[in-house]
Amino acid sequence: MALDRWIALVFVALCVLYGYAAFFTMDHLLPPFMQRNPVWPSTFPKILSICGVIVGLVVLLGIEKQSTEKEPSATDINYRNLGQYHIGQALALLGLMVAYALCLRPLGFIASTILFLSLGATVLGERKFHYLIPIAALATFFVWYLVQEVLGIFLRPWPTFLVN
Amino acid sequence: MLEGLMIGLSTAINPFNLMMVVFGCIIGTFIGMLPGLGPMSIIAIMIPVAITLGDPTAALILLAGVYYGAIFGGSTSSILLNAPGVAGTVATSFDGYPMAQKGMAGKALTIAAVSSFAGGTIGAILLMVFAPMLSSVALLFHSAEYFALMVVGLSAIAAFAGTGQVGKALMMTLLGLIMATVGEGAQFNMPRFTMGLMDLQSGFSFITLAMAMFALPEAIFLVMNPARSAQGSDGASGGKITNLRFSREEGRKMIPVIGRQSVQGFFIGVLPGAGATIASFLGYAVERNIAPKGEQEEFGKGSIKGLAAPETANNAACTGSFVPLLTLGIPGSGTTAILLGALIALNVTPGPRLMTDEPQVFWAVIISMYIGNLVLLILNLPLIPYIAKILAIPRNYLIPFILFFTLMGAYIGQNNSTELLILVGFGVVATILRFADYPLAPLLIGFILGTMLEDNLSRSMQLAQGFGFIFDRPMALGLLILAAVLVLLPSYRARRAAKRAEGVADGD
Repeated sequence: MALDRWIALVFVALCVLYGYAAFFTMDHLLPPFMQRNPVWPSTFPKILSICGVIVGLVVLLGIEKQSTEKEPSATDINYRNLGQYHIGQALALLGLMVAYALCLRPLGFIASTILFLSLGATVLGERKFHYLIPIAALATFFVWYLVQEVLGIFLRPWPTFLVN
Repeated sequence: MLEGLMIGLSTAINPFNLMMVVFGCIIGTFIGMLPGLGPMSIIAIMIPVAITLGDPTAALILLAGVYYGAIFGGSTSSILLNAPGVAGTVATSFDGYPMAQKGMAGKALTIAAVSSFAGGTIGAILLMVFAPMLSSVALLFHSAEYFALMVVGLSAIAAFAGTGQVGKALMMTLLGLIMATVGEGAQFNMPRFTMGLMDLQSGFSFITLAMAMFALPEAIFLVMNPARSAQGSDGASGGKITNLRFSREEGRKMIPVIGRQSVQGFFIGVLPGAGATIASFLGYAVERNIAPKGEQEEFGKGSIKGLAAPETANNAACTGSFVPLLTLGIPGSGTTAILLGALIALNVTPGPRLMTDEPQVFWAVIISMYIGNLVLLILNLPLIPYIAKILAIPRNYLIPFILFFTLMGAYIGQNNSTELLILVGFGVVATILRFADYPLAPLLIGFILGTMLEDNLSRSMQLAQGFGFIFDRPMALGLLILAAVLVLLPSYRARRAAKRAEGVADGD
């Protein structure tokens, strides 16, 4: 089964779960005075879940006539041959983004951003650390200054243990 | 209208707003030039900056500048490198790149800039004429008509998605609508589908979603397929930009093309879901068909008309796409959906009342479109040889920075690092969806319209004590029937065409 149909299957499952929540778990929480209303919080979700299941099944079962001519792919990437591409680098960068999200508070903005930028470039094959680290540090301080001072949004610059 | 223009002019030429137009155009051109980063990603990245400005007029002016700059930047990379940043500038590369290969890169860029300027300016004039007319009609609409109109808009976006894609586009729209129901809405004052998570209490942030849908997958594709950016480094060193002028004879050839394509592009842009891509391809095709025989053969080999047509049409269409946004509050494209989200965050509700309630926003945007186009023509064009240097930035540095700005955009909007995890999660999902050719713009449009759609539906149901409003209000019924026809028609026509083809084959 092609990837788009697998996605349609997951979508139908999601709509069924969503519909279950809308039809069977939401209404009993409703205060009595709201029960006289023609619209309940679950009304719109109920409609959406039914439409979702129908449309999902149309895609899943391939009812819609497919185009015979292949349109140029927006990604230039054939997902059936992912091995040909730099999938490892992409996964490593995604991992780094997750690590950045987790480290932002404990390590502070400056340390985690310098680490993220330097490690990100290293993953992509950069080895000239004498350029890389100063550029990363400079860019980090610049962005921190811009966000904190110019835009006025607080970014905790230093690690938690230094502040308390 | 004259009074409105004056208000707009006085707001737009305030030094701060002028600075925003110039800044937006330059930033947009810079980033738009990078292969793979389209206007949607750039606007998504710029939104937190725009929102912190606090003033909706300045924010919208900045974002409109970024939008125009990005389209211009996209054309530049199409011409110089044959690497269109966005689908809307693919047609530009058909004739722009051959011209650059013949050593006429400078001339091609000027033609592109002049046609974009003309397309954008004529589009803005048409916008000025048609938007107030549409607004006055839209003022007669009630919740029921609004609800029906939004359904039409969402179905049209799916219907224009292409053969075999209507179901997928509808699926994405519904996913967007489903995601919009997560969190505590103002209407019912109770959390829905939050799964007990505090972080979901206020629903998903649209900036995070916009980043995850557009900027992150693009960055991942750049990592996975270095050929996409490598194309850049080859061309940047090879394509020397020297003479920026074109002759009077060539100018004369362009004028009728620009005239036709600005009008055609504008009206295609007004249609929801059609947008700049269809306008540019159609513009190219129309001009090739009506060109004299000798000139027809030049198309694809560096024809001036072939370059001017898509450039004019895509800019006019971009301006046209502001019509439904400003008059009905319904975005017709991913980019205008992002702009709508930004406006809502700034407490401005676009719609028919925008012109009367906040005329300075409405007219300042229109005036800033002219100024933006002018800035692109007189400021950016001479700077292009220098701006093009950005293409020489090594990929190893570029990609971590793109990822970092994506993360920052999501973080500073909410100041919550859980938002970053949501960003990465949705980014991965969006990448998989892109692999399977699911269009993502309908998802974002559905997400942004979701709350409004539910509000209008609820209000109509309250008034009619049920679904009776559909039959009580003939216009709403008519619009809903139109929506159904829009969704079903492409499939029906494809089936009929297939049957006819079978019949012909049998006859042989």
